[in-house]
Amino acid sequence: MEKKGWDGFEIGAMLRSFDGATQDIATTLPENRPYSQSNSFTASVADWRIEKPLFNKEYCIDCQFCWIYCPDMSIISRDKKMVGIDFDHCKGCGICVQVCPTNPKSLLMFPEQKDEEAALAEWPKKEKKADAEVKED
Amino acid sequence: MSEMKKIKNLKEFSTSADRFEGANLLCPGCAHSIIVREVLNATNDDLILAASTGCLEVCTAVYPYTSWDASWIHIGFENGSSAVAGAEAMYKALKTKGRLKQPDRTPKFVAFGGDGATYDIGFQWISGCFERGHNMMYVCLDNEVYANTGGQRSSSTPIGASATTTPAGRVSYGEKRNKKDMMAIMAAHGAPYVAQVAPNKWKDMVAKIQKGFEAEGPVYINAMSACTTEWKFAPEDTIAISDLATDSLVFPLYEIIDGTKLNITYRPKNIIPVRDYLGAQGRFKHLFTKQNEYLIDEWQARIDKQWDYLQRREEASV
Ligand SMILES: Cc1ncc(C[n+]2csc(CCOP(=O)(O)OP(=O)(O)O)c2C)c(N)n1
Ligand code: SF4
Ligand code: SF4
Ligand code: SF4
Ligand SMILES: [Mg+2]
Repeated sequence: MEKKGWDGFEIGAMLRSFDGATQDIATTLPENRPYSQSNSFTASVADWRIEKPLFNKEYCIDCQFCWIYCPDMSIISRDKKMVGIDFDHCKGCGICVQVCPTNPKSLLMFPEQKDEEAALAEWPKKEKKADAEVKED
Repeated sequence: MSEMKKIKNLKEFSTSADRFEGANLLCPGCAHSIIVREVLNATNDDLILAASTGCLEVCTAVYPYTSWDASWIHIGFENGSSAVAGAEAMYKALKTKGRLKQPDRTPKFVAFGGDGATYDIGFQWISGCFERGHNMMYVCLDNEVYANTGGQRSSSTPIGASATTTPAGRVSYGEKRNKKDMMAIMAAHGAPYVAQVAPNKWKDMVAKIQKGFEAEGPVYINAMSACTTEWKFAPEDTIAISDLATDSLVFPLYEIIDGTKLNITYRPKNIIPVRDYLGAQGRFKHLFTKQNEYLIDEWQARIDKQWDYLQRREEASV
């Protein structure tokens, strides 16, 4: 049997996030990364959601508030533009909807099973702007 | 030194490629994750990270998965700080001996710990790291409670909060002691940089993280982490609650340089009453009764006094 060096532990002792070369991963977007099977990126928490956020591009001003405040890296922004939601990793918290400043909002929560086209068709035209009001528990 | 990443505005920041991954098991709306993203995305340099036991560690290293796209180590509850300090000391030694394969890379050494790990159980280890002067950053994810084990009070839990070991009820209004002043304690170590941050003020936070990375020596960051589960508010309100915290000055944003110079970095345009912050969270619900209402006035007086003190220190440049 081949002897293992210090860097040859089994999965469980050391979880490898990538396979292959990983230099400068900080400037490599997810679509170009060599994710290993032990990276949680390859898993999904989609079944945590009861409601999901849907995105209406028409009203979006690309402010990126949703990107910075999403706890789950689930707002996909490319070249300074908001392009969509990563539904494998979105937990349906609703923060992105709360922080979206447009009127009407460019993100809204819908039941998980809602059809996207139907949601876009019935998108509110103009909401009464809710000011930073916080729900009492 | 490698060049600091340029982050002029949020659009530019949004081109960052996160090195923290989804499908971790943190609660929906958890602020720990927002803080980690802002810290990690503040640099493109290599990262050498550690986490003490707590929500962040438990939820991001669940066998067979890791959520970290960087070197990451976990040992125990008390020693995230020393784990990173050990790696930093080894790095320095290898560099001195000329044994680094890529000596031009400038890795950042960062340890994360909850308030339980920081204010209480890992305190002496952090103090040791700061006394020895390691070139590292320690980030406390301050949610004012031992969240991962079900909400026990820590020395960061503020007066009047109901925690599972200081529950509010007929005879008690909850936690009786005031929050420990970790900022002052860490500044007293003579650390080059100590700062309080909040994830809702992302620009202030990222600027402070970058300042911390530039500083030579141990850096302490106290990051307010609103916890939807233990503070008892709806997950979508994490940023709104954080805004109430910074705008009521319950969490003032400031920095202390070399232990001797304090700067306030955020002055709310409209300071809101502390009552609004307390009233938005279930953990303070019992304060809004006839018998406990006096505690809300005491809260306000305490926060006013703290703000006055910070302003006087800033003015005197000490
Ligand atoms: C020495 C030791 N004591 C107790 C525990 C149990 N324990 C694990 S996580 C945790 C709470 C962590 O609280 P905190 O540091 O505030 O982090 P949070 O979960 O709130 O983010 C406790 C008490 C432990 N793992 N090790
Ligand atoms: S917060 Fe709203 S307006 Fe801003 S980028 Fe996101 S969807 Fe667009
Ligand atoms: S609902 Fe929460 S997890 Fe999903 S995209 Fe919005 S902020 Fe991110
Ligand atoms: S209990 Fe609080 S700190 Fe822990 S994962 Fe949930 S929201 Fe985050
Ligand atoms: Mg805690």
